[in-house]
This record gives sequence, structure tokens and C-alpha cells, in this order.
Amino acid sequence: MDILHFLQYAFIQKAFLAGSFVAITCAVLGMFLVLRKMSLIGDGLSHVSFGAIALGIFFGLYPFYIAVPLVMIGAILIIKITEKTRIYGDAAIGIISAVGIAGGVILASVSRGFNIDLFSYLFGNILAISTLEVISSIILSFIVLLTIRFFYWDLFSATFDEEYAKTTGIRTSTINTLLALLTAITVVLSIKVVGVMLVSALLIIPAVTALQIAKRFRSAMFYAIIYALLSVLCGITVSFFYDLPAGATIVMINALLFGMTLLYKKIG
Amino acid sequence: MPHILTTQNVSIHYGQNEAIRDVSFTIDEGDFVGLAGPNGAGKSTLIKAILGLIPISHGTITLFDTPQKTFADFGKIGYLPQKHTGINMLFPASVKEIVALGLLSDKRPPRVLTRIDWQKVTAALHDLDITSLQDHMISELSGGQQQKVMLARAIVAEPKLLIFDEPSTALDPESRNEFFTLVKKLNTEKKMTIILITHDTGYIGTHANKLLYIDRTLVYFGPITEFCAQEDASTCFEKIGQHIIWHQHN
Repeated sequence: MDILHFLQYAFIQKAFLAGSFVAITCAVLGMFLVLRKMSLIGDGLSHVSFGAIALGIFFGLYPFYIAVPLVMIGAILIIKITEKTRIYGDAAIGIISAVGIAGGVILASVSRGFNIDLFSYLFGNILAISTLEVISSIILSFIVLLTIRFFYWDLFSATFDEEYAKTTGIRTSTINTLLALLTAITVVLSIKVVGVMLVSALLIIPAVTALQIAKRFRSAMFYAIIYALLSVLCGITVSFFYDLPAGATIVMINALLFGMTLLYKKIG
Repeated sequence: MPHILTTQNVSIHYGQNEAIRDVSFTIDEGDFVGLAGPNGAGKSTLIKAILGLIPISHGTITLFDTPQKTFADFGKIGYLPQKHTGINMLFPASVKEIVALGLLSDKRPPRVLTRIDWQKVTAALHDLDITSLQDHMISELSGGQQQKVMLARAIVAEPKLLIFDEPSTALDPESRNEFFTLVKKLNTEKKMTIILITHDTGYIGTHANKLLYIDRTLVYFGPITEFCAQEDASTCFEKIGQHIIWHQHN
């Protein structure tokens, strides 16, 4: 089959469209998460989303409708535990993510019968994305990207020098909560693309790769978007032609681009 | 003369530990105040409380006739923090963008930076003679150059009060002289009120008109000249140094 025929399939078009929006959102948000040393919050929230999706399936509801608010609550809990108690952020992420996974496993165990559904959320299945999910992805991506655009300088200042940002009236605590909430939405968005287990890769790897070569923040963001788009679009294509799981293929291409960039930096 | 900053009976605690006790003073417009005291005397703690970065446990702080808790005119205050430990050196921000952060205090989200704002950034870089660095990343600069960038960030909004916390720690003697000359110029030419924490007490003696000496509580606040009058005038600035050493050993 040639590439033109491949692109004519409706499910491929939907996968490309939703995947592109998710890739751009993950790249932009991931840049702030990586630089603010909040990368692992994506990993933690993806585990919460596992529990939330299990709950949705358990009650026979559309899992994403349950996952978005529950993962947002998880995000707020992580931030509040870190702020209000003597617990470090990584430990708070560990607690909340463990609860999410444990909840999901218990629900899967007591209900029996939806394990196959749950498996598709664990490892993603963008080639089976529905029209409703494509529309939801685009709308939620726009919400995340516009929010980042609106708070761009607040995020920039708080990421560069948090203490100084506070002296200029920027509420860094609100910015941290906002970032966690945006991550929650993006994690849920990305589950269909790469699955619960690999969501954090989509948030971290393009940003880290771009930071190896970029000399400016805006160019870093641009490179991260290019890397994320390349990996998602190539990942979908390769997975289709070689009958590989799309999510895992996307992550492996991301990792390959990271390795090539490191090599280029070393010898360049 | 309008009051820029007033503290009344300010006490600050870290948990059970008292960091500052019952500190009261008033700084007027145009003052150049040297804030001195031994290590651990609470100088940086006091500055952070003035800036609203840490809460006070007792007393009041008033900035530009507004209680600190409700103060929102952040553009009136410029701040140059101690060292650059809080700065994310991996962040690929250009010098120009970093200096522009000083202008965010006058804006509300989305805090759009206008052409006029970027002109102010260019002017601040020019004033500090670092225009050639504008497209560099902060990690590419020397300690002295980094300090000038942070000074440009602190003054770009033309604040009325400038607060420096140990600004000369990372500087070599030549950069230090240049830096303090710049600070003095901001006080005399731009009429900015200065609060300067430094262990370079000689510079306080040379440039400041008031001395604020604390050692967990207020030891002295008043004109440098009066302080000197209490001692042998010819050696008073060394006396400040000796004072610090004395406190460190007692």
C-alpha cells in the first residue's frame, strides 16, 4: 500500500488530526514542566487517570468525562499536599499516583469483564480514536494552549526565578496549581495517543530534546513542537505499516530523536 | 519628606525560633540606607518580610503609605536578590527577556509587553553598558555581567525603592567598585531610595547616608554621621566592621 492510499483512510486522518493537537499541547506544556522540575507530575497524574478511567468503565460512563475532573482533583491534591504539609512534591506525587493505580486495580478486579477495555487505555490506541474524541482533543488542546498563552509571562517569570516573580506580584502558588490543572487535562488527552503508561514520555522527551539545542525559549518551544509532531506522525505511520502498537512506537521514535540530537550536539 | 517604608515593632519567627524581634524604623524618600549586622542577624529575613516573601508574626510594615499585606504597586520596588541561587540557569532566556521581567510588575495577565516596554529594556541595557549582551543566555555570562543583568531587571521599571541583598558577593574587586558606583548614581541621579545589605561596610560608609544595624533586633538606626560621631570619626567605618566581628564572636 502506498502512502496516498494510507492517508485516505478516515481513521488515519482522525489519528493524525488528534495526534497533532495532542503533540503540540504536550510539547508546549512539557517545556514549562521540565524547566520547573515538575516533569514527574505527568507520570503521577497518568496513574490517577488509570483509576479514573476504571471508575468510568465500572459505572458504564464515558471514561473521559470522569477522567478529566478526577485527574484535575488529583492535580490539586498533589499541589496542596506539597504546599500545606511537610511533604516534598515527588513524595506527594508518589502517594496520589499509588492511590490512583490501586483504585483502578481494585475496580478492575471486582467488576471482571472490562479488563480488555482498560488494557486499551493503558497502552493507547490512537488508530481507534472516535470522532467525538478527536473533537474533544481539539477543544481541550485549544483551552490548554490559550491558557498558556494568557499566562505566558507569568509562567516564564515563575519558571526562571520564582522568588523574584513573587516580588513582581505574580502569584506563583496559583501558577503552580494552574500548571498542574493543565497537565491533568493534557494527560487525559494523551491517553488515547500513547496510553496511561507512556503519557509522561510525550510531555518530557520533546521538551528535553529541544532544550539540548535551543538557544532561546521560543525556539526551544518551536523545536519541541517539531519533535513531538514528527514522533506522533511518524509513529502512527510506522505502527500502521509494521503492525506495531502506536503508543509505544511514538515513544520509541521520540527516544530515537532524543538520542540523535544528543549525538548531533556532541559532534556538532 | 514622604515615607517610603515604615516598620513598627516587627517580629518574625521561623517555627519556634525568633529571627527578628521588635524592629521599628522609617526610611524616607531619597535615603541610601546601609543594612548591616553579623551573619545570621536577620538582615535577609527582614528584607524578605518587607517584600512580602515571608510573613511577619507581629507588628506592621507600611510601603508607600500602604500596609504591606494590601500593597500591590509592585512596580515601585526593585529587588536584587542575594546570589542567584533561585535562578534557573538551564532556562534558555535571553538577557533582553530577563530584563523585561522587571516590567511585569506594572501589568496584569496577559501582561503584554509593548514596543515601549522593549524600548525601556534597551535603555536599561544601555545605561548599564550591556547592550552587546542582550541576545546572550544568562549562563553564558560572567558573575559581574550576570549581576549587571539582574540590576537592569531591578531598575527597568524605574522603581522608587531599590533593595539589594548582598549584591557584591560574587564580584571581583573591580566589578564591585563599578557596581557600587552604579548604585550610588541611581540614588543621586535617578533619586531612587536604596536599601543595601552588604558585608562591604566600607561602601556603606562611603555611599550611604543612613545606617540600619540589626542583630536579631534593632541596634542602631540613624544618620551615618551621627553614628560616626559616637566613635572616633576617622575610623568609624572600620568600627562598623569591628562591630560585626565583635558580634560574631560574642
